[in-house]
Amino acid sequence: MTPEQIIFIIVAVVTLTAALSVVTSRNLIHSALWLILALFGVAIFYVLLDAGFFAVIQVIIYIGAIAILFIFAAMLTRRVMQDSDPQTNSTWWLGALIAGLLFAGLALVLTNWPGLSTPASPLAGDSEKIRQLGLALVSPDHYVLPFELASILLVAGMIGAIYVAGEKKR
Amino acid sequence: MNFLSDPITFIGSWLTNLLLGWGLSQALVNTIVKFIGAGLVGTFGFALVIFTIWLERKLYGRIQDRLGPNRVGPYGIFQTFPDMIKIFTKEYITPDGADKVIYNLAPILSVSAVLLAWAVIPFAHTIVGTDVNVGVLYIVAVGGIGSLGIILAGFASNNKYSLLGAFRAVAQVVSYEVPMVLALLVPVLLGRTMGVNSLVNAQSVWFIVMSPIAAFIFFTSVIAETGRAPFDLLEAESEIVAGYQTEYSGLKFGMFYVGEFLHAFTISALTATLFLGGWRGPFAQQVPILGVAWFFIKAFIVYFVVVLIRISMPRLRIDQMLNFNWKFLTPLALILLVVTAVVDKLFYLAIPSVTISAAYLPWARAGIHLLVNLVILLVLIQILKGYQIKSRVVVAQPRAVVITPLAEVKTVPQEGSKAYDS
Amino acid sequence: MIPLAWYLIFAAVLFCIGLYGVLVRKNAIAILMGIELMLNSVNINLIAFWRYRSSQGIAGQAFAIIVFAIAAAEVAVGLALIISIYRRRNSIIAEDMNMMKW
Repeated sequence: MTPEQIIFIIVAVVTLTAALSVVTSRNLIHSALWLILALFGVAIFYVLLDAGFFAVIQVIIYIGAIAILFIFAAMLTRRVMQDSDPQTNSTWWLGALIAGLLFAGLALVLTNWPGLSTPASPLAGDSEKIRQLGLALVSPDHYVLPFELASILLVAGMIGAIYVAGEKKR
Repeated sequence: MNFLSDPITFIGSWLTNLLLGWGLSQALVNTIVKFIGAGLVGTFGFALVIFTIWLERKLYGRIQDRLGPNRVGPYGIFQTFPDMIKIFTKEYITPDGADKVIYNLAPILSVSAVLLAWAVIPFAHTIVGTDVNVGVLYIVAVGGIGSLGIILAGFASNNKYSLLGAFRAVAQVVSYEVPMVLALLVPVLLGRTMGVNSLVNAQSVWFIVMSPIAAFIFFTSVIAETGRAPFDLLEAESEIVAGYQTEYSGLKFGMFYVGEFLHAFTISALTATLFLGGWRGPFAQQVPILGVAWFFIKAFIVYFVVVLIRISMPRLRIDQMLNFNWKFLTPLALILLVVTAVVDKLFYLAIPSVTISAAYLPWARAGIHLLVNLVILLVLIQILKGYQIKSRVVVAQPRAVVITPLAEVKTVPQEGSKAYDS
Repeated sequence: MIPLAWYLIFAAVLFCIGLYGVLVRKNAIAILMGIELMLNSVNINLIAFWRYRSSQGIAGQAFAIIVFAIAAAEVAVGLALIISIYRRRNSIIAEDMNMMKW
């Protein structure tokens, strides 16, 4: 067991436990905190995958902004869901069944795929990946169109969120 | 590399060889040495806080024409130790109904967010915690974790006013991250790299000379992120008791306190690293320990400026603060980023047609950027003049009214005023 | 070395946990958290495939960046909608928002 594998297993167990606690916790703020732990585990996975840029982007966007949004929303809507109410639907067994079936299907498809145990080839010049990513996102024969569409989506989301959640001026 | 010129790397390699000699595997030895290094950086951060707390209190006192701490040790140097002992021995009072896990987690998050930033600051060109090639973004990321600690502290206290204080604090911290990141992009643009050590290596001309506006924007927003005056609405003792820290006592409050001072020194170190050239100075490449000395001299100069600003400026209101951010700093940072990018590209396109020798190239580039910054500054001042409060036009002079005992109101016309019935 | 299978199985488990959260929870905010877990598992998949199969190109990373942007926009708008609904109907239970059901 190389140290990388040990780290992978530890972080995977922690992340999956946190994800399970997100969906089964009774207190919404506790769910948000477990979500932060799960997102942090995913960031560590990005580091293991030699995508350090994505690890810091994950922490900035998800933990620094989205998780705080969740905590704010949970605090602003606290009065209605008391912690003693049942948090799950009455048909929760159906949801668990569907999730289990989906996982079984995915595992079946994956194990029948021959490219599964590809080893990781060494990266060539890994410090240039950020530069390559930046160039790919703005060069016309690569991915400038999805980039511009994503920025339009963000502007629309920003305006929409401010309008929907803002106080209506009389 | 011998002991005198580079003690830390020397000790590191000596330790590595010792552990390898004991028969441990290379990967394990690397991990152990890295853990020891991380522990050293954390301890060093806290030891530094002991010094900076004394420095700040002494400066605070002297500028306010009083002595500051001067009893415990010569010039009061050891004053922090009795304060530490006092805070250690205070009782932990947990408010009723507080969420215990979150309540205890919040100060830990606040302090660790600040300590984590020390992992990427280079002390010399061989002494850096870890040289990730996205160091600048890493600093932004750990700033985000700090805001998480604030909101959890405010929420877990089960106190309306703590919650309100936490909301205001998070509004301030998250708002000022925007111009901070935009101003951080200017050194990244000029240095063509995101790693902090590489940025220091690229500063043959200090970035504060190349782009003083970016340094100003970064310095202001990072002071606002810390919550120091004049942005210290987060902990305005006379207004909201202690904001989100109200319900914390004993060492938990001590952690917030230490975290805040360490944050102040961290931002000084960051400004010195990114804009003042970090460990660069005469002979810093040959003798790394001298690089450490230059770094600390610069960091303490910036820290002195931070303390000076704290002592001498009044507090801003929350709406003034947010207006300043969204209506002034963010547009300025955006415009500066675009203009810097365009000017840099034009400069590199124009080099083949203008003959400049290679030694003067960085200085020419610095001169062009400085000129552009001055132009932006002049335009800004002209725009700001349009927002001046216009003095009111005088319509009439005030008239004195004389009331005689017979209740006859008679007016006495002053010189230069319009007569009563003309 | 870590084979690709481990990352894919981990992403599949994370996705199914997120799916369970979306299907089972009553609170609208908790449903959004499940969606976030699913988006994260998709990102892990994309980056793992980029690393193991096509690390010369950059398509996997560009795709993952777009997914980040979309997730951020979706959470912002979703939470704004939930808060707006809470102000009107004083409830955030997903079953109670049934005005468009027939």
